[in-house]
Amino acid sequence: MKARVLVTLKSAVLDPQGKAIEGALRSLGVPGIASVRQGKVFDVELDGTDKDKAEATLKDACEKLLANTVIETYRIEFVG
Amino acid sequence: MKAAVILFPGSNREGDVAHAIRQITGVEPAVVWHADTELPAGTDLVVLPGGFSYGDYLRCGAIAARAAIMDAVRAHAARGGLVLGVCNGFQILCESGLLPGVLVRNARLRFICREALLKVERNDTPFTSRYARGAVVRFPVAHGEGNYAADADTLKRLEGEGRVVFRYVMPDGRRDDTQVLNGAANSIAGIVSEKLNVLGLMPHPENQVDPLLGSTDGRALFESMVDALERV
Amino acid sequence: MISEPKITPELIAEHGLKPDEYERILTLIGREPSFTELGIFSAMWNEHCSYKSSRLHLKGLPTKALWVIQGPGENAGVIDIGDGEAAVFKMESHNHPSYIEPYQGAGTGVGGILRDVFTMGARPIAALNALRFGDPAHPRTRHLVAGVVAGIGGYGNSFGVPTVGGQVGFHTRYDGNCLVNAMAVGLADADKIFYAAATGVGLPVVYLGSKTGRDGIHGATMASAEFGEGAEEKRPTVQVGDPFAEKLLLEACLEIMGAGCVVAIQDMGAAGLTCSAVEMGAKGDLGIELDLDAVPCREEGMSAYEMMLSESQERMLMVIAPGKEEQAEAIFRKWGLDFAIVGHTTDDLRFVVKHKGEVKADLPIKELGDQAPLYDRPWVETPKQQRIDPASLEITGTLPGALERLMGSPNFASKRWIWEQYDHLILNNTVQRPGGDAAVIRVADGPKALALTCDVTPRYCEADPFEGGKQAVAEAWRNITAVGGKPLALTDNLNFGNPEKPEIMGQLVCCLRGIGEAARTLDFPVVSGNVSLYNETHGRGILPTPTIGGVGLLPDVEKMATLAFKANGETILAVGETSGWLGQSAFLAEVFDREDGAPPPVDLELEKRNGDFVRALIEDGLVTAVHDVSDGGLLVAVAEMAMAAGIGATLVSPPAEMSPFAYWFGEDQARYVLTVNGGSKGAVIKRAEAAGIALSKLGTTGGDKIALPGERAIVLEALRERNEAWLPIYMGAGMM
Repeated sequence: MKARVLVTLKSAVLDPQGKAIEGALRSLGVPGIASVRQGKVFDVELDGTDKDKAEATLKDACEKLLANTVIETYRIEFVG
Repeated sequence: MKAAVILFPGSNREGDVAHAIRQITGVEPAVVWHADTELPAGTDLVVLPGGFSYGDYLRCGAIAARAAIMDAVRAHAARGGLVLGVCNGFQILCESGLLPGVLVRNARLRFICREALLKVERNDTPFTSRYARGAVVRFPVAHGEGNYAADADTLKRLEGEGRVVFRYVMPDGRRDDTQVLNGAANSIAGIVSEKLNVLGLMPHPENQVDPLLGSTDGRALFESMVDALERV
Repeated sequence: MISEPKITPELIAEHGLKPDEYERILTLIGREPSFTELGIFSAMWNEHCSYKSSRLHLKGLPTKALWVIQGPGENAGVIDIGDGEAAVFKMESHNHPSYIEPYQGAGTGVGGILRDVFTMGARPIAALNALRFGDPAHPRTRHLVAGVVAGIGGYGNSFGVPTVGGQVGFHTRYDGNCLVNAMAVGLADADKIFYAAATGVGLPVVYLGSKTGRDGIHGATMASAEFGEGAEEKRPTVQVGDPFAEKLLLEACLEIMGAGCVVAIQDMGAAGLTCSAVEMGAKGDLGIELDLDAVPCREEGMSAYEMMLSESQERMLMVIAPGKEEQAEAIFRKWGLDFAIVGHTTDDLRFVVKHKGEVKADLPIKELGDQAPLYDRPWVETPKQQRIDPASLEITGTLPGALERLMGSPNFASKRWIWEQYDHLILNNTVQRPGGDAAVIRVADGPKALALTCDVTPRYCEADPFEGGKQAVAEAWRNITAVGGKPLALTDNLNFGNPEKPEIMGQLVCCLRGIGEAARTLDFPVVSGNVSLYNETHGRGILPTPTIGGVGLLPDVEKMATLAFKANGETILAVGETSGWLGQSAFLAEVFDREDGAPPPVDLELEKRNGDFVRALIEDGLVTAVHDVSDGGLLVAVAEMAMAAGIGATLVSPPAEMSPFAYWFGEDQARYVLTVNGGSKGAVIKRAEAAGIALSKLGTTGGDKIALPGERAIVLEALRERNEAWLPIYMGAGMM
């Protein structure tokens, strides 16, 4: 089973990289960009087919390592 | 002083801090591999050195904070043992929960290596007793992610409990949160744990112990620890 | 079985091999090469690996001295620095990759040179870099500066080596080809140096480090190709660096060497597995047989051709001592690195590559290197330019105005914005930081130290390659001398345009002659180096840029000199003759936008005499500050000494017959500016008279301004601000 974990900064946390990217897009003349925030993507392959179990595993992985919950939030998506 | 310097894959200032400890105490610290589960018997100071543990690839300090040896470091801290985390070591302490908050990328997104002026906010800790309270000292910084961040409640608590030990200041000694070199909240350069026995700081006192290399402002930090351990 | 492409003239050309070179291959092996073999030949016979255009002329360089342990031909040069210790160093270019992808290109350049140094058994103690960018107004320049600087910092900072010095210049002739020359210096025990030559038949050849992917396939070929349209599309061949893996590789290699496991070692740099395996065998008079099935791969389905040409970074090849395989493997596993036995040494002098049970290549190993084409390319000498008579120049403006203009110009502006992105303090030995004449790095706990510098004045080399080549060596020698070091040896990084053009080839030939002559006279041998040719875009070559990396020794670091003024009321002296040489000067270039005239000639005997004089003064503690005089002349030197200290100067009038502009901004060679206090002034003057050294008084230190007779005073703080402002403002303009 394949899953994708998205880790992003909490909305209240300043994201200097996102700001820089936002500015770059503007200076490149890409129109209509209101704001940009950046984050990380983890593509994970899991053993087994039990989705609930997989979700619990991934939550555990996020809490323990993939995200720093002081500043980051995460979202889990199942692919295919 | 019986010191143990923890070596993670990618640590690179372990030699610098060992050099400072050796020069000041005359005793070579033990180097402890991250995969070990115990500290050498009788260890009274644990140092988490600077560097780029695990390349800082996930988040700075994140993977090292979950290394096998960290349980022993936590137990040592819980017993009241001294723990010093410098630069990457500070990042690891935050990621491991031994200190609150987190270090994020410098506000200007660039690595900075330069001498920083720091105000010693209190001298009643095991790390700062040899400094005058309010003294301004010069330690170099060398980091890309030294921008201290924490939520408003945490900052309030840290300030309320007087746990900010080192703060970046301007040449005139004033604090200016809008000018701080890496964007750190409240100009925070270093904080201690509630029991004052765990210190994390971004600047490098270990690089400032030799007159030939600029100044000796860092010596007092190591001498303070020696004093504290002798008092016990 | 996967079918391989047929060998066609087009395929041969795509591999950068000329028809006559292909004929040479046919004669050598007596049959048509396989696809893999063609790739191997293209890697071994390109300019980067074979030095086919420059080899003939490199032979004229002096490479020996009593203290030279290893000259050119190994991963890096090695010199004896006393007490059983050796300095190991080399400089190498990563120009083309850095232009295409500046962050990764520059970073992997740093990684490659660090690997060259620790492959020899040395722990890197310092890194330097010489960077050349195009006109600041060129649309790509800012992007390149930002990327290259971040890339160098990103790699070196993480690896944990202090980046302590170098050179940064801007000129429109680098618009289409930036230069990134990275130098690394390491420290080893003089009797524990490791080499590439394999010894012993039937010993395991071991692959170490990161896994092999499809990175940089044909990177070495790209590094020797002229740019044209479509360079941007070459992006996939740029390798990605992993400084974390390199740090682990360093620690593992030094541990494995210390445990006595290593017979021979070679890093996989340009053309990866091919070059490293062939060199190990050829240098040791042995054959090598590789079994590619055992190579750790990052991607699936890699062919023999791809594995042989991959330039994935952070990899090493070793021959392991008999019975030491298990111990070596345990050390590598501890550091989390791949370890695989991928072949063995043989006695038949063949280079055999097997993959999935098939022989993919079977070539004579010595001939792959030895029989590489060698060209005596036609060359013409650069026409000599006239000496510029300062009296013929109509100079308007004032001395203070010209100084301010120079100090605020891109080439003279402070490079703090750059070196503050490099960790220059790690390892606790940086005694002299960036911004001085040479970086000074303490060796272990002292008292010894190494003085390190990178120098070249491309403008001079363009106008007169022979004198320019001499000057580059002389300036490196002078910079080391100015901190009190004895210059010991150099590494050269020769960056030129297309050598198939006789005028470019002439630059290379004459620069090398000049380098050779200076190195010989100054007893400053060449122990390692690198050649980067075809630095051309749309037929326009770079300025000839033979960067010289110099290493010197200070027996007692406490005696080191620095350039900052030390106190008020000290006498400022100039050592050396001032004739007011303005040809090719920075003054003409920056203030009048003129790059013409003959460059200053270099009298090497005079360099030696003046330098030895200054070094003895430093050694005997008779001087308080020392600065070499290079581009910008005396006034720039004085201004830099004043700004570094925040102490001004009151200067004297130049000799009546000389134009003040020529006097203060002329670039005569073999000169230094010093300060002496009242106690030692008499002794210094007496010594100069006794030794027949030209010594003249420039003025007195003090105050917060630079005062020239009859001119408005230059406020030091304002000059410093101007000097510090240009680069951050320039780079900031590109920030969001």
